[in-house]
Amino acid sequence: MAKFNLNINGEDKTVDVDPSTPLLWVLRDHLNLVGTKYGCGIAQCGACTVHFNGSAVRSCQLPVSSLEGSKIRTIEGLSENGDHPVQQAWLEIDVPQCGYCQAGQIMSASALLESNPNPSDEEIENAMNGNICRCGTYSRIKAAIKAASKSQIA
Amino acid sequence: MTKKSTTVNRRSFIKSVGIAGGGLLIGFNWLACKRSEEVAVADAALEMPDEWFELNGYLKIGDNGVVTIYSPNPEIGQNVKTSMPMMVAEELDVDWNNVIVEQAPLNTELYSRQLAGGSQSIRQGWEPLRRAGATARYMLLEAAAKQLEVPVEDLSVEDGVISHSGSDKTISYGEIAKAAAEIEIPEEDKVVLKSKNDFKIIGSSRKNVDAKKIVTGQPLFGLDTYKEGMLTAMIVHPPKFGMEFKSMDAEKIKEMPGIKDVFTIDTYPEDTQKQWSDVSAFSKLVVVLGESTWQVMQAKKALEVEWDLNPELTKKIEILEKSAGMGEVSGLESSATHTSLMADVGSKKAKAIRKDGDPEAAFKNAVRVIERSYTCPFLAHNCMEPMNFFANVTADKAELLGPIQTPEYAEKTIQSRLGLDLENIDIQMTRMGGGFGRRLYGNFLVEAAVISQKAGAPVKLVYSREDDMTDGVYRPAYHVKYRAALDANNNITAFHVNAGGIKESPLFANRFPAGAIDNYLAESWTVDSNISIGAFRAPRSNFIAGAEQSFLDELAEETGQDPIQFRLDLLKKAKENPVGENNDYDAARFAGVLEMVRDKSGWKKDDQNLNRGISAYYCHNSYVAQILDLRVKNNEPIIDKVVCAVDCGIVVNPDAAKNMVEGGTIDGIGHALYSKISFEDGMPQQSNYDTYRLIRHKEAPKSIEVYFAENGIDPTGLGEPPFPPVIGALANALYKATGKRFYDQPYISGLQGDLKT
Repeated sequence: MAKFNLNINGEDKTVDVDPSTPLLWVLRDHLNLVGTKYGCGIAQCGACTVHFNGSAVRSCQLPVSSLEGSKIRTIEGLSENGDHPVQQAWLEIDVPQCGYCQAGQIMSASALLESNPNPSDEEIENAMNGNICRCGTYSRIKAAIKAASKSQIA
Repeated sequence: MTKKSTTVNRRSFIKSVGIAGGGLLIGFNWLACKRSEEVAVADAALEMPDEWFELNGYLKIGDNGVVTIYSPNPEIGQNVKTSMPMMVAEELDVDWNNVIVEQAPLNTELYSRQLAGGSQSIRQGWEPLRRAGATARYMLLEAAAKQLEVPVEDLSVEDGVISHSGSDKTISYGEIAKAAAEIEIPEEDKVVLKSKNDFKIIGSSRKNVDAKKIVTGQPLFGLDTYKEGMLTAMIVHPPKFGMEFKSMDAEKIKEMPGIKDVFTIDTYPEDTQKQWSDVSAFSKLVVVLGESTWQVMQAKKALEVEWDLNPELTKKIEILEKSAGMGEVSGLESSATHTSLMADVGSKKAKAIRKDGDPEAAFKNAVRVIERSYTCPFLAHNCMEPMNFFANVTADKAELLGPIQTPEYAEKTIQSRLGLDLENIDIQMTRMGGGFGRRLYGNFLVEAAVISQKAGAPVKLVYSREDDMTDGVYRPAYHVKYRAALDANNNITAFHVNAGGIKESPLFANRFPAGAIDNYLAESWTVDSNISIGAFRAPRSNFIAGAEQSFLDELAEETGQDPIQFRLDLLKKAKENPVGENNDYDAARFAGVLEMVRDKSGWKKDDQNLNRGISAYYCHNSYVAQILDLRVKNNEPIIDKVVCAVDCGIVVNPDAAKNMVEGGTIDGIGHALYSKISFEDGMPQQSNYDTYRLIRHKEAPKSIEVYFAENGIDPTGLGEPPFPPVIGALANALYKATGKRFYDQPYISGLQGDLKT
């Protein structure tokens, strides 16, 4: 066990865990931030996606020992009141079915729009291809990303 | 603190409703908003009342007019937590923006059929849910009439405000709720349900009541459960079907940081009274118990367990229908053996389930016989939220919380397994990260309870993805052979279906084209196995629809007919002059979706510009027809468009229903194209998403159009019906694009060989 200082959603946190512990389980088991989901543990499904210095990454593959000095953003910190344009678009288009993968989808989508405010269909598909939705909400996810893109540009 | 008043014998009322309605299910939870800025503030916008008045088991009204509707049924993503409360709110006549939906716990006194399965929640809830709302409305009006001293006939309601037609007197539900709770519960015949033409909420789109929590990452799912003093448990099950625990070296593991204990459990000892929902290939499990998930995962990896052949499971596999012929596989099964065994058994005569006319004679006299066989592999459900459950079992009580589609059956198993009275077993349902049938089988709930009892502590059992994918309860592997006899004029004179699987047959003997062909034979067989199976979204239909619709496509081509007109002609015969009496479909509604999809898609006979496949199927009381357009590029299909025509009767929540059809379409395409579980010597060859391929963003259709029949018929199933037929449309479109017919799922194997599946 060792102490690690983390910056999560703009707040400094200290956790005392094994250095190999992935960020995913630090968030869920130690910081009471359960919006980041466990789906596969091998970076294949995207349910655990968070922002690492602004980029979308799979938190199941990020050992806590590699995070000092980095800024982490999770779904809980994406916006103050759940009103990030991507969250708004998700509500407007009523994307979720079971809802389990959606936090990861939203984190991937918001990172995409951050770096590419007006993505093409192909760019959306490429950026989102690592996020699996077993319910099959892909059409609505694409529509919501386009709606968020429009609202951000406007 | 808000006070809750419950008066006079409410429970017996609900019970009687349940019986009269032939099965209650319901649920509610919620806050509806049409505009996104409202959505953002909705949670905060409703003020809690000082006092609640419970009018029946489905709803309570606050003194400020806020209404809580309880959603008894499990929510697995089919959106019943929104659409079922809409049905209560409709008859109650309240403003949807004033409604809060809460998930009800398991309560067999108050509700019946608290189950997510068979696409039946809306269909079976249609009458009792509306009646629950209408009965409460009746009591509110009676109370208002007394208070205002006017005849009840002169009162009307809009959005929870009662008005008197002869004066300007009004009174709100909040103001009269207390008095209404004292009104005697009316006889059922006094309560009149609304005319369908008067619906305001049913038929208008309302947003998912949990959406705000979902998009902000609030705790909703079983896996999100964290309680004081709770330990995390993980199981280790045998790596192969047909094996069982022999021994382990756990001492070093127990020394690892955070690890509390390592022990074995027997989930289902012989004296357990099991329910149909108790399916498990691995009763004896190793359990690792610790403080945090990662610590337990690490300990699990380091643990050395020895496994042995399970003598009970290594028996020779039997062909259950002896008439089908003989064949056997060893206790450790492999897919290659399964495939050849099914082909062998499927080539022989099997048990006749339905026979019309004289099919033998018709085949003998046929000018031409067309015969084709189709197969599919086992599939894992792969709910994105892996199996898990929270359990806190003490000497006299079991508290259980998590994702379960069949809480009522789980409760009975727990009663038997732990020796507790039903009243001391509390099961609460969380929102589920997918169900698809997997969570009908509550082995993980029982495991959690047994672990908690043994550990003497509250535990959350968590399956890793690998545990989940290799635990069994798979969609069975199936095989079907079709034969059609043609005369000199290309008329179909006989039709023969011979269907079976490991270890369930996919046959629906009374479905189309039964009823449309004079000489018909349906045969069924099964092959036993030690691999456990379970219902998977649209059980049996999820295979046989695609096979049948591919075969019909080939028949249309072989007889030189347009595939849609070919089906319509058969349905015309089934409608006007049906063969047999047990046909389970309505030929006119079936034809209706075919005509609708033909018109909406701009279908042209012999269209050379598009690679289009058509398919139509009836299941779960609903009718779906789909037309799919695709191209093949670098051996990968690119699906440009799917047009769906759906007849599920009245659509309660149109936009959510559209979402369900889009999702079911993508889910069906994905599984038929990419997914499989295969075995070598009893070991599943896929255990995570690096080896098990699920459809992804890039592979999803570029566009999906959904059209619903408008016929005012009471609602029927929707969660499952869009899944099966699209598989036929896909196979038929693939044929158009490649000139090659696709008989074996996953179809990508036929495009690329086995490398990428």
